[in-house]
Amino acid sequence: MTPAPITLYLLVGAVLFVCGIACMATKRNGIGVLMGVELVLNGANVNFVVFSRYTELGLDGQITSLFVIVLAAAEAAVALAIALNFYNNHLTIDVDRGDELQG
Amino acid sequence: MSMDQVAGFLVGLFAIASCLGAVMVVLTQNVVRMAFWLIVSLGSVSGLYFSLHADFVAASQLLIYVGGTVVVLIFGVMLTASGPYQQIRSSPGETVVAGGIAVLFLALLASTVLSVDWNGGEVPALAEGYNPPEQGNTLRPIGLALLGARPDKDLGAPAEESLSTGYLLPFEIVSVHLLVVLIGASYLARAKKRSEEDPDS
Repeated sequence: MTPAPITLYLLVGAVLFVCGIACMATKRNGIGVLMGVELVLNGANVNFVVFSRYTELGLDGQITSLFVIVLAAAEAAVALAIALNFYNNHLTIDVDRGDELQG
Repeated sequence: MSMDQVAGFLVGLFAIASCLGAVMVVLTQNVVRMAFWLIVSLGSVSGLYFSLHADFVAASQLLIYVGGTVVVLIFGVMLTASGPYQQIRSSPGETVVAGGIAVLFLALLASTVLSVDWNGGEVPALAEGYNPPEQGNTLRPIGLALLGARPDKDLGAPAEESLSTGYLLPFEIVSVHLLVVLIGASYLARAKKRSEEDPDS
């Protein structure tokens, strides 16, 4: 079976998702973790748009991906505000320093 | 070279660029270079959206993601830089473990994708719209769907199936959500007196 073009797009989405997960897991910089979240959301978005083209899903997939894009922008704004507050309190952006709530 | 060959070449180019950008985001330690590779990755994904005839989503990706979110991230980098050349590195053990788990997870996803017969590799025809599909015909159906009407599903359907649901309520919820988020973000990030150096304060 020759690989369909949909396979290529889905593999790109998988690579984006896995890179985002690895970015979230390994980065100690708070902004780096945020970039990992953006990559994960983008990988999911690729799948939505691909299935809206290659299946009977139609425009629903594209509209869902639009909502995801808007919510990702909102999430980035709030997370950056939190990161600025964290920097004001700790004078660093290293997420490993935010351990004051440890039991 | 025919048009199909050019299109296939561009799809491959954008796919490789988006994957390479994502991998470089993980591998780079400098935050500003991470932001640059993120721009490369997100912009290439926008090109993939254009190749899937999702022109409005691709334009939104360029405008909101590349033009908005990444700029906000870069502002965050500038406002939180603690030293010009200081880099926060994670320990090598953590990196190896996370890399191994990521490779295994990617293998799982890739084997799943490759083992499914996606409708025999058949590409469905583009939906009819107000414009020829080559010129992009998703803008008006998406706008009408956000207002609650679905001409892309209802036109030509039998009368009892011609009331497909739109996205008016999610659209309103997202609007209010964005307003609340922007007010909350400006409240959280407002200028305050920086805390004193001693940890007891």
